[in-house]
Amino acid sequence: MFSYYLDLAVRSLKRSPGLTALMVLAIGFGVAASMTTWSVFRAVSGDPIPWKSSKLFVPQIDVWGPQGRSSDGEPPNAMAYPDAMVLMRDHRAKLQSAMYQISPSVVPAQAGRHPLNVSGHAVYSEFFPMLDVPFLYGSGWNASDDTQRTAVVVISSKLNQKLFAGANSVGKTLNIESKDYRVVGVLDNWNPQPRYYDVVNSGGFSATGEDVFLPFERAIEVGMSNDGNTNCNAVPAESGFVGLQHSNCVWIAYMAQLDDAAAVTAYRNYLDGYAHAQQQAGRFGWAVNNRLRDLPAFLDNQHVVPSDTKVSLLVAIGLLLVCLVNTVGLLLAKFLRRSGEIGVRRALGAPRSAIYAQFLTEAGIIGAAGGVLGLLLTGVGVACVGWVLPKSIATLARLDLPLLALTLLVAVVATLLAGLYPTSRAARVQPAWQLKSN
Amino acid sequence: MMLQIKPILSALRRHKAGALLIGLQIALTLAIVCNALFIIQQRVAHLSAPSGIDEANLLVIQNDWANKWTTQETDVQVRTDLVALRQLPGVHDAVASNAYPMRGSGWDQFITLTPDQTTPTGDASVYLGDEHFLDTLGVRLVAGRNFRPDEVHPIGNRENVMSPVTIVTKTLADKLFPDGEALGKSIYAMTSTPTVIVGIVDVLQTQSLANWQMKHAYESLIWPLRAASGTGIYYILRAKPGQLAAVRKEAVKTLYAQNRMRIINNDGGVLDYTQIRQRAYDSDYGMAILMGIVCAVLLAITAAGIVGLTSFWVSQRRKQIGVRRALGATRGDILGYFMTENLLISLGGVLLGVVLAIAMNLWLVTRFEMHRLSMFYVLAGVLLLLLLGQGAVLAPAIRASKVSPVEATRSV
Repeated sequence: MFSYYLDLAVRSLKRSPGLTALMVLAIGFGVAASMTTWSVFRAVSGDPIPWKSSKLFVPQIDVWGPQGRSSDGEPPNAMAYPDAMVLMRDHRAKLQSAMYQISPSVVPAQAGRHPLNVSGHAVYSEFFPMLDVPFLYGSGWNASDDTQRTAVVVISSKLNQKLFAGANSVGKTLNIESKDYRVVGVLDNWNPQPRYYDVVNSGGFSATGEDVFLPFERAIEVGMSNDGNTNCNAVPAESGFVGLQHSNCVWIAYMAQLDDAAAVTAYRNYLDGYAHAQQQAGRFGWAVNNRLRDLPAFLDNQHVVPSDTKVSLLVAIGLLLVCLVNTVGLLLAKFLRRSGEIGVRRALGAPRSAIYAQFLTEAGIIGAAGGVLGLLLTGVGVACVGWVLPKSIATLARLDLPLLALTLLVAVVATLLAGLYPTSRAARVQPAWQLKSN
Repeated sequence: MMLQIKPILSALRRHKAGALLIGLQIALTLAIVCNALFIIQQRVAHLSAPSGIDEANLLVIQNDWANKWTTQETDVQVRTDLVALRQLPGVHDAVASNAYPMRGSGWDQFITLTPDQTTPTGDASVYLGDEHFLDTLGVRLVAGRNFRPDEVHPIGNRENVMSPVTIVTKTLADKLFPDGEALGKSIYAMTSTPTVIVGIVDVLQTQSLANWQMKHAYESLIWPLRAASGTGIYYILRAKPGQLAAVRKEAVKTLYAQNRMRIINNDGGVLDYTQIRQRAYDSDYGMAILMGIVCAVLLAITAAGIVGLTSFWVSQRRKQIGVRRALGATRGDILGYFMTENLLISLGGVLLGVVLAIAMNLWLVTRFEMHRLSMFYVLAGVLLLLLLGQGAVLAPAIRASKVSPVEATRSV
């Protein structure tokens, strides 16, 4: 029976090619617009470390008081050096790391090669196990390297390719800011999006990954200046990078791994206790106003998903909705035009369900055709999304199997839904009326 | 024509569903198109805001140092570099600075009128530069004077050098001193040391163009400090008219000739203002284009939908049209009938659409910090959709008017 309805549907669609083309075009454009913007939204709103994000926490300490808070009462989204150092020393979480963005110069060993600027972070040894950072060669450094401020470095596979031709460079030396560092690890491809360990500085997304990771206290010792955001509520009393370290300016990102609810409560109490102690010491003249959010909540709080992406998605869904309303109207016209035919079928004994089957098949075919067109247009859309969105975000949009399957599914389901009302009208056609008027 | 409305309404009652669907489609289209047009206008306004500088002839070189130098050592090199750059035949003037207009992010500083004021009056984008800064960027001095060479001092990375004098933009001056008497007044940049306004420039775009900065748009100040940061600085060059390409080629070569231990990135280390604008307004261009495409597709689909559905109605009513023609209705009457019918449906649609458009905008305002929709865009959208409806219905209506009275006598 299905193949018969298929045949009927194709005949009917062929009879009015203009109308059919219009419906297919509308569905195709609507679905493609939604799916293209969805692919971008999916990419930027995804969980960068889904297996662990609920255990990663970002502490915030209100170091500035009411004057420095944002309008919603939030404390600064980064940490001042003195506080970060106390938190690291107390070491209350299972794993934790303070970190700051750096941009040192690297002088290649080969004669005649030009020095280059690289980007990276100064971090503690626990950064690597905490974030499950993948290594191609070697590993991170250990806790004693942290405290002894050893000159070691973890480099990206890209920098390894550039400087060591991709060979295992563990043990080799790298000249960073005129000092020798021993390579202890080479990262596998690792450029999580958003750059969740420091969204404040990366703004969330970055097309190029980071090249070097150095021990935090080593970087501080050699005076490697921070390259990221620095926010101050007052000009530091002393000059230079050392003055910044002694100030209440915030420029350090911090992350801690807390495995269960008890650990979270304990850490929250610890943070509040610290703020109380600072209050007592006269440094904080205001009530405790700390935050301890898990990673997904922090990303949400920092508005990592650009509002342009959300607005685009909403507008595209609106477009799809209009296309569907359009299709409902056209299907209604198309189906009711065949009232005579329906009347004959019903008079000859076809039940309402048969009419439903027949016309939903027709709607389904339009949906499928729209879906195929939508697939093509989505492909074009994802390829061209770099035109309309910033590069760092556009490169994240991917055409993959789930997206393609979803495109087809949305097209067919949406068109079937659009076909429901016209079909129900068609099924309600009174056979007697139609036969009489003819 | 007014006489026709009653029969049209009763005819519409016969195909309620179709009329409602077209109305709904028009309403949704209007809601989206109004907001999309408004977004386009906002973005275009944002990206066409004037910078106040001689964009056509400016070049920015990001210069990082491969040596770890002290401020003094860096300053010696910067001065040598500047002498060499200013001597280049195609160069009008050059300056070393910490940033450049439309950089995307940068240094801003709260400005107060007294040292102990807690809520700042302004938030200024901070530029560093010697007495060549104004001439290099092509910024127009409207009051006071330029810096004197003896007022200029070097400043290293994060050094606290407080300059006793400053030049501010007119916008900042007016914000700080609404009475217009800013010249010679003292202001405070988060310290207890005052700095005196000695000059006022016309327009100088800020470094950041982000949303928070828009509350402080065009609030910029310049301090007579020569950037000598050991991590890196920017050289801003103003070429003589038509010499930009030549300067671009020569400048980097000249810098390397002074000292090779510097890093000027091959990709993005040297930018002209076409590139800087492209970077700064990336997302604005993108949203404007995207909204434009959406509008075009929406209007096309709605128009096509109206054509399709009206054509169906015309073919359904050929017999009735024939009867009316046979009873003396002119072609104009038939044409008018369908045009009026469409106008009625469209009017219903735009009424609902206006409500939807405003609701959608209010929601966007609360969720995404957008501005209130101006009524101009609503009216423009209404007009656009009414015209679109009339235009779309024209072809089927003309076809209807050509139905011959003979049709009345034919059975289907």
